[in-house]
Amino acid sequence: MTLPGFHPFLPFAVAALLALVTRGSLRSAVLLAAPAIGLWHLVGVEPGMVSTWQIMNLELTPYRVDELGLMFGYLFHIGAFMAVLFALHVRDTLQQVSGILYAGSAVGAVFAGDLVTLFVFWEILGLSSAFLVWAGRDERSVAAGIRYLIYQVASGVLLMAGLIWHGALTGSFAFGEIGAGTPAGILILAAFGIKAGFPLVHNWITDAYPASTPTGTVFLCAFTTKVAVYALARGFPGVEALIYIGAFMACYPIFFAVIENDLRRVLGYSMINQLGFMVCGIGIGSSLALNGAVAHAFNDVFFKGLLFMSMGAVLYVTGRSKASDLGGLYRKMPITATLCIIGAVTISAFPLMSAFVSKSMVMTALLEEGRVLVWLAMLFASAGVLEHAGIKIPYFAFFAHDAKLEAREPPVNMLLAMALAAVFCVGIGAFPGLLYGILPWEAEYHAYDLTHVLTQLQLLAFATLGVVFLHRTGRYPAEIPGVNLDVEWLWRKALPWSAGIVRSALGALAGALGRGVAGFRHGRLYLAGERGLRSALSRSWPTGSMVLWVGVFLALMLIAGVLSAGAGG
Amino acid sequence: MADGNPGWAERPRNRRLIRRILYGACALLVVADFVVQRHISAGVERVPAFYALYGFVALVGVVLAAKGLRRLVKRGEEYYDR
Repeated sequence: MTLPGFHPFLPFAVAALLALVTRGSLRSAVLLAAPAIGLWHLVGVEPGMVSTWQIMNLELTPYRVDELGLMFGYLFHIGAFMAVLFALHVRDTLQQVSGILYAGSAVGAVFAGDLVTLFVFWEILGLSSAFLVWAGRDERSVAAGIRYLIYQVASGVLLMAGLIWHGALTGSFAFGEIGAGTPAGILILAAFGIKAGFPLVHNWITDAYPASTPTGTVFLCAFTTKVAVYALARGFPGVEALIYIGAFMACYPIFFAVIENDLRRVLGYSMINQLGFMVCGIGIGSSLALNGAVAHAFNDVFFKGLLFMSMGAVLYVTGRSKASDLGGLYRKMPITATLCIIGAVTISAFPLMSAFVSKSMVMTALLEEGRVLVWLAMLFASAGVLEHAGIKIPYFAFFAHDAKLEAREPPVNMLLAMALAAVFCVGIGAFPGLLYGILPWEAEYHAYDLTHVLTQLQLLAFATLGVVFLHRTGRYPAEIPGVNLDVEWLWRKALPWSAGIVRSALGALAGALGRGVAGFRHGRLYLAGERGLRSALSRSWPTGSMVLWVGVFLALMLIAGVLSAGAGG
Repeated sequence: MADGNPGWAERPRNRRLIRRILYGACALLVVADFVVQRHISAGVERVPAFYALYGFVALVGVVLAAKGLRRLVKRGEEYYDR
């Protein structure tokens, strides 16, 4: 059976291939054209379109169009265009090819009609984005990229195990509502949860996003977690646990965000906080709440993207992203500062801004369902957003004490991409009908009633007053260099430490047996045998070690896949 | 300032003005709370100026709690590299 029109992944795949063989402005044109052509095509696509594919004994649905998929499809095309535009000055094949492939795999995932196709795009999503982390090309980004990939592979393995089990139980791989009632459902929920930044498995966001390049992070923040929100909304609407998981996600990162010094890491915590609102909305499961969750995901790509872009621009121009190093840039980067403030005002959900019209849907749904305690927690989180994302980000980057840094406005493509995001922040806020018109569920909602506007303004004005009070009384915490321990400490410190004990015990044992253990003692795994690999696999560092690791992970995945297939069958 | 030409955001007059606008807005919003008939969904919303009080307390609470958290979790920048 032929595909109707073409599969939306196609323009991205073609662009990734063409980007390999083109250079300079031709490549830029190719990369911009992919999402533009894709979006043009998508506007003409009607919900209800399905195409099936017989492969061996499996009947797959690689392409299924409905309102939910279509909404995320539009979003990812616009998001991809924005991210490509922001990175248009970059001349780096690794980033450009993996970036466009990554965006395309997000598009493919939301049009996947079955779990097997979803799995394929899920893996491309994880793998291609890891290269965006590695594109930082320093020790930090290589290490963070490997940790990032471990999370992504774990999510993929869980998804594969879950989908095979689910298929065996239900006799179908179709991706619809799954529910958390079976062990297979729990496995799939866990797979989605890792990519959604659930508590305990959230540190890949705060670890890898700040380690990527100024432009790579903008790609990263737009797709992976939003695909996860999409998948949760489709597979697990109304699963009650998600209400509490979401509320927890909305609350705990704000404490870390307040004391974090690296502003891009602050935005990583802020991202988990916003995901909390979406996950909570999915857990409530009413039409209004689900619409609110996906609408908030839509808006988040632009306001969080705008904040990541403005910090990316600051990093690009000054080489710094730590609050303790920055300050006073508003005079040298007035346009960037203004755009950053628009993003900050939006994420704080001021009326007339996009987050206001989507977040208030989740808040209203909580009250409608009588979940007052969770609602209070989310209201608390809303005040917290104002502090770390609304005030801290623009204040420490552009105001505060003048760090006397050399700076200028970033390249014009960066400014244009930020302006595009700002247009969506204000446009959707002022004309919410534009977004409400493409929401998948039927629910009547009006953001701009007097109560909503008044109460939100009261909350935000007095939270701002709180900041002023803390500043004026000298209680506001200073920005100081340092790292803050989080759950990741377990595997970044405790695990190697215990492994070290085991290793030295083994070493002592081997020594006692009279064997040499030189070479076993030193060293980080990723450097092992580096020289030999470099010449064998690639001449440029660190691609060589990367290729090895990709090979290792793919092999592990295959083994895990085969094992879980055996268990499921 | 050393360069003798502070920007608008550094001038005390402007900073004071911004603060006064905020204080004025806060006052207006509290007054409005007694004029406007808000919809009430949860009982706690009946508290006069509930949202204003909650916003202020939540924010101050978050920041002070985070300062406490910092004492627990803050380490040197090279912590993970050692």
